[in-house]
Amino acid sequence: MSSVTEQQHDQAAHHDGHHHPAKGFKRWLYTTNHKDIGSLYLIFSLTMFLIGGAMAMVIRAELFQPGLQLVEPHFFNQMTTVHGLIMVFGAVMPAFTGLANWMVPLMIGAPDMALPRMNNWSFWILPFAFIILLASLFMPGGGPAFGWTFYAPLSTTYSNDNTALFVFAVHIMGISSIMGAINVIVTIVNLRAPGMTWMKLPLFVWTWLITAFLLIAVMPVLAGAVTMVLTDKYFATSFFDAAGGGDPVMFQHIFWFFGHPEVYIMILPAFGIISTIVPTFSRKKLFGYASMVYATSSIALLSFIVWAHHMFTTGMPVAGELFFMYATMLISVPTGVKVFNWVATMWRGSISFEVPMLFSIAFIVLFTLGGFSGLMLAITPADFQYHDTYFVVAHFHYVLVTGAIFSIMAGAYYWLPKWTGNMFNITLAKWHFWLSLVSVNVLFFPMHFVGLAGMPRRIPDYALQFADFNAIISIGGFAFGLSQLLFVVVVFKCARGGDKVPAKVWDGAEGLEWEVASPAPYHTFETPPEIK
Amino acid sequence: MDKNYEKYYVPAQSPWPIVGAFAMFFIAVGAGLTVMQASSGGGGHYVLYAGIAVLLFMLFRWFKNVIEESDQGLYSAQMDRSFRQGMSWFIFSEVMFFMAFFGALFYARMLSVPWLGGAGNNAMTNEVLWPTFEAIWPLVTTPDGGTTQAMGWQGLPLINTLILLTSSVTLHFAHVGMENNKRGPLKVFMALTIVLGVCFLGLQVVEYMHAYQDLGLTLDAGVYGNTFFLLTGFHGMHVTLGTILLLVMLIRILKGHFSPDKHFAFQAAAWYWHFVDVVWLCLFVFVYVL
Repeated sequence: MSSVTEQQHDQAAHHDGHHHPAKGFKRWLYTTNHKDIGSLYLIFSLTMFLIGGAMAMVIRAELFQPGLQLVEPHFFNQMTTVHGLIMVFGAVMPAFTGLANWMVPLMIGAPDMALPRMNNWSFWILPFAFIILLASLFMPGGGPAFGWTFYAPLSTTYSNDNTALFVFAVHIMGISSIMGAINVIVTIVNLRAPGMTWMKLPLFVWTWLITAFLLIAVMPVLAGAVTMVLTDKYFATSFFDAAGGGDPVMFQHIFWFFGHPEVYIMILPAFGIISTIVPTFSRKKLFGYASMVYATSSIALLSFIVWAHHMFTTGMPVAGELFFMYATMLISVPTGVKVFNWVATMWRGSISFEVPMLFSIAFIVLFTLGGFSGLMLAITPADFQYHDTYFVVAHFHYVLVTGAIFSIMAGAYYWLPKWTGNMFNITLAKWHFWLSLVSVNVLFFPMHFVGLAGMPRRIPDYALQFADFNAIISIGGFAFGLSQLLFVVVVFKCARGGDKVPAKVWDGAEGLEWEVASPAPYHTFETPPEIK
Repeated sequence: MDKNYEKYYVPAQSPWPIVGAFAMFFIAVGAGLTVMQASSGGGGHYVLYAGIAVLLFMLFRWFKNVIEESDQGLYSAQMDRSFRQGMSWFIFSEVMFFMAFFGALFYARMLSVPWLGGAGNNAMTNEVLWPTFEAIWPLVTTPDGGTTQAMGWQGLPLINTLILLTSSVTLHFAHVGMENNKRGPLKVFMALTIVLGVCFLGLQVVEYMHAYQDLGLTLDAGVYGNTFFLLTGFHGMHVTLGTILLLVMLIRILKGHFSPDKHFAFQAAAWYWHFVDVVWLCLFVFVYVL
């Protein structure tokens, strides 16, 4: 193990000049290094998480009491819209891409990403896309206010004149995701070290391979959808207008053909992270490795044939409703396999509760809860009641916040010592975990109740009967929002210093990334390691 | 250590991606402003042109770097595979982009237009909204009464199909010439392919003028015109890009670049060309003939 580490050090020392990190800001602007770019993605994602979070705070402050008090309804709509767009495209997806950039080459013994310059390009266009999106909020007429799903005719007939900026910002986000995904897929297929056969691949790598495929398959469809919105709004086409032979429901079909695989894009890498962390702190091999691979692949394939479960109330033919109901329920089978495997991995393991493990266990419990409410929503006749209520909001925040975000937190705590060479402040991190865990449930759990009672989503005002629960939800929201500042503190303190850690930070950890020094040298595996 | 694994070339720092990011920023802002100011007039399109200019400059310099690195022998066979796989996945993403518009075409044709005409359980949709509307395809009379004429497939579209199919064949001959190091036929067939591509584009322009001036078939002529122009329009843009790629390849061939066993750039451009050819065949069948 240490010989590999020293060898890497030697190699890094041999190539000075351009092989050491450059000085100053040029290092970050011109970089081709997967670790630099991974860090950029992660920092960008954290920034966006805080901006999108601030918008959520505005939403919760307005909803603290019934009636309109803080913001105009139009601004409220902009906040829900941009909060969603930022969290999906600016926070969750770049965080996973950042983790992939950092970890995939380390895990498969590759010298870098396959196409390092394109890697830089796919990152740096992303901040520009969000500058455009955020700038539109300050323009006359305001930013997008039609929900992150931008349903026609809200985004066509009834949207403000700045919609073109939204369209082109989304185009850039899509191009960034596609280039990032191409890079990941080519790296995994082509740059695995000799002996790293498919069924030896760490699960994080497997899940990202499948995620990258989904990204390349559906981001172009999103590009098509926004393009048709653009022409409908500005060039008088009628794709989504019945008067010209089109159909607003067609928008929903095209959007959700992208949108449903998209939600798996935001959860499959999370599965990979949890499958990496749980075995480490259970000190056992992952239970059912092969079944995990097959389950991930089946979830990905099924994700292409379930999109219309978002549209049960649009008046589809009954055969369509039934097909999409059963297909959706089918997804719970491979997902159940995964949850079973995680629990079985912990079964009779020698478990210790380090911070990454705490987040992972919270993930398993709370993501499963979100999965169950998803199963409820999949039942067509029941969905007629739940549709467009806070029950849906509760469902997707359980899978995205306590699912995707918690897994990202788990991954960040798991690999931070590898990235920085320092152990983070464990006390603070545990505070972050427990405060987040309690507040996130105060925030999202009561949403199930108000949703079942009929409170509609995306409305700045509500009936008096929902007042008490909404006050509780808002308090949970503020607490959760503030708790995340602790995470920022932990990350910064860890980057600046702390107890030095060995190459293998965690006792039970396995994988190539633990065989290089901590912090990971700027260049690793310039000659591929031998995998036995 | 396994000597079969050549060293994988990781390029040093490069300024081009960030220049490209600025270019994309200008293009997005410029395109957005251009569209928003279409009626009022404004300087947005200058931003767009500036962005495109910067992007072209960036691409030129970036590819120059890549070609130089390749000439220095820095690229291993593994690197070559990375390029090939990257290009294949890019083309797959393009296929999915066209799928969105074909999906819209099929949906409008198979579902939304018949439903507006009262098919299935939609009798009342027709009765309440536009009782005089009849579902036909091509949709020459829209529900709100707009009229247009359908584009036939026998004239220009058929000729264009033959042109594009021929161009794929000539490009294949050029490839054969490349592999057998017959530079003469290579140049001739490349030039021929480009000429055919330009002919195709010229005839597309003629067809568009015919559509606008004689048939009243315009971009805003209901969902038939929408799908017609967006599908053929995006295809035309791809042919334009493909022609430019082939032109660049021809210039590089004339400058003596490429060898029988090292010509990935040429091959990528050829793949791209065959891809737009296949898209056209689907277009011809589903947009024009059926």
